[in-house]
Amino acid sequence: MKVSDNDKDMQPLVRVENLMKSYANRKITGQCEEVRAVDGVSFTIFPGATLAVVGESGSGKSTLALCLACLEKPTSGNIQFEGADISKLAEKERRTIRRKIQLIFQDPASSFNPRWSVLEIVAEPLALQGSLSRDEIRLRALALLEQVGLSPEMERRLPAELSGGQRQRLAIARALALEPSVLILDEALSALDCSTQAQIANLLVDLQSARDMTYLFISHDLAMAAHLADEIAVMNHGRIVEQGPPDKILKQPQTEITRELLAAVPRMTFARPEAQ
Amino acid sequence: MRYLLRRFGHAVFLLVGVSLLAFTFTTLAPGNYFDEMRLNPQIAPETIAALRTQYELDRPLPIRYAHWVSSVLHGDMGFSFAYNSPVLPLLWVRARNTLLLTITAMLLAWGIALPLGIWSAEHLGRLPDRLLSLGTAALMVIPDLALALGFLVIAVKSGRFPTGGMVSLHFESLAFPGKLGDLFLHMALPITALVLSVLPLLLRHVRAALAEVLDAPFLLAAEGHGISRRTLLYRYALPAAANPLISLFGFSIGTLLSGSLLVEVVMSWPGLGPFLLEAILARDLYVVIGGVLLSTLFLIGGNFLADLLLYWADPRIRTEASV
Repeated sequence: MKVSDNDKDMQPLVRVENLMKSYANRKITGQCEEVRAVDGVSFTIFPGATLAVVGESGSGKSTLALCLACLEKPTSGNIQFEGADISKLAEKERRTIRRKIQLIFQDPASSFNPRWSVLEIVAEPLALQGSLSRDEIRLRALALLEQVGLSPEMERRLPAELSGGQRQRLAIARALALEPSVLILDEALSALDCSTQAQIANLLVDLQSARDMTYLFISHDLAMAAHLADEIAVMNHGRIVEQGPPDKILKQPQTEITRELLAAVPRMTFARPEAQ
Repeated sequence: MRYLLRRFGHAVFLLVGVSLLAFTFTTLAPGNYFDEMRLNPQIAPETIAALRTQYELDRPLPIRYAHWVSSVLHGDMGFSFAYNSPVLPLLWVRARNTLLLTITAMLLAWGIALPLGIWSAEHLGRLPDRLLSLGTAALMVIPDLALALGFLVIAVKSGRFPTGGMVSLHFESLAFPGKLGDLFLHMALPITALVLSVLPLLLRHVRAALAEVLDAPFLLAAEGHGISRRTLLYRYALPAAANPLISLFGFSIGTLLSGSLLVEVVMSWPGLGPFLLEAILARDLYVVIGGVLLSTLFLIGGNFLADLLLYWADPRIRTEASV
């Protein structure tokens, strides 16, 4: 679902204002050096929309994701989610917020407890809700697996026995189990090969229209970001240096960093030998 | 099942190998228990020769080994020359004393190492964790012998603790609580020495295993599901980090009989340690072999238990094993 201009009066689902997160980096000499991973970032995401955050590694994208998912406390600034500030909540309240904002990680191999079966992995968040019986949990988990395109026959497999794409599908199923309103995809496609990337991207698009999901898509791949997102924010050194609709970013890049990211996008023409 | 059978096969193989080696080496060592009798002019050479024949010391090694194995299979571990009695009951009394000491020490050491190691891993790199690392490093540098001697010095200087033995001379005259207190007083220092000698190793392993798992994204994912920190540490991280710890636990059980020899000798605890040392010096053949065999049994049993636990705890091993 793309957000058109006449939706402007809609309430944003996420509003981030001047978010800052710094870490103290202690040197051997005992001096403390402040490292600002995220340095004054502001943006809004509307319900059902996708915002892509694109940047090189080390530009602060993942820290941003952790802050948004309530897994890190921001140093300053605020994060409004469904109209309420969630950046300064106590740990217990943060736990309930976390369920509504789910993360998908880059490395699908290590995002699962290696001892749990596929069914156990998807059932875990369902069991956390505490109100479901064992049979209900199983049925729901199997339904989730089917929704992300995994065969229910895989329920007893271990994560190590799945392919990269299957693992990422499993990660998505697990995240959906808590029925979150926001899904943060932190380089979720980067570890996959091209055709698998396309399949998972299509799955994400399908899920978005079926469940009215809101995505924060974090990547270094500008082309994929442009394909999935309604809006792209380019990050560099903890700041958003450029922001706009995909067309504009691709066709009229304003900053050097965006041009570099664009140059890194593989194009079919590169593969063809130049005419002599 | 095949995994367990294979493990069991290994254990039997190991047991045969160790007993054979123990038998061969103790026999290869020069002299035997009756050699010293020859220096005594009052014992006739014929008597010694008769004794040697009676105990089959003049028979070739393979035949003696075969006899010994068949008697072990019937529950008889041989005969002690020095005590003039079967080996097994002798060993058992000493082993019981040793186990009283080592099992208590092992439970204490694990009981301290688990929570402390987890806590340390959670606060990795902070000041308390660094101090703890420094402390364990320091403890590891101190040789066990120095540690045991140190505690002996404490016992002597303070006068509050007995300097050896398991119970006081008037033990039998004490009432039950008094007996317990007396035993505890005698155990306190050897146990402290034992705990201090194994704790650094355990602590470091627990800390390292946990620290590795705590970084894993699946814990972050679980935290993202709104699970509390405590549940995360003990129900998610600890089981995931358990494999090396289970192996280490098996090793702990394996060293229950042999790990405390030094402390026992220094602090004169009436366990296997001083007993075996004496037997070795006297060339009391079957006692030595029996002692070696008993501690091998513990080592094998400990490892086998660890394998069972691993099999039970980790589905990956189960699937690997069924392939």
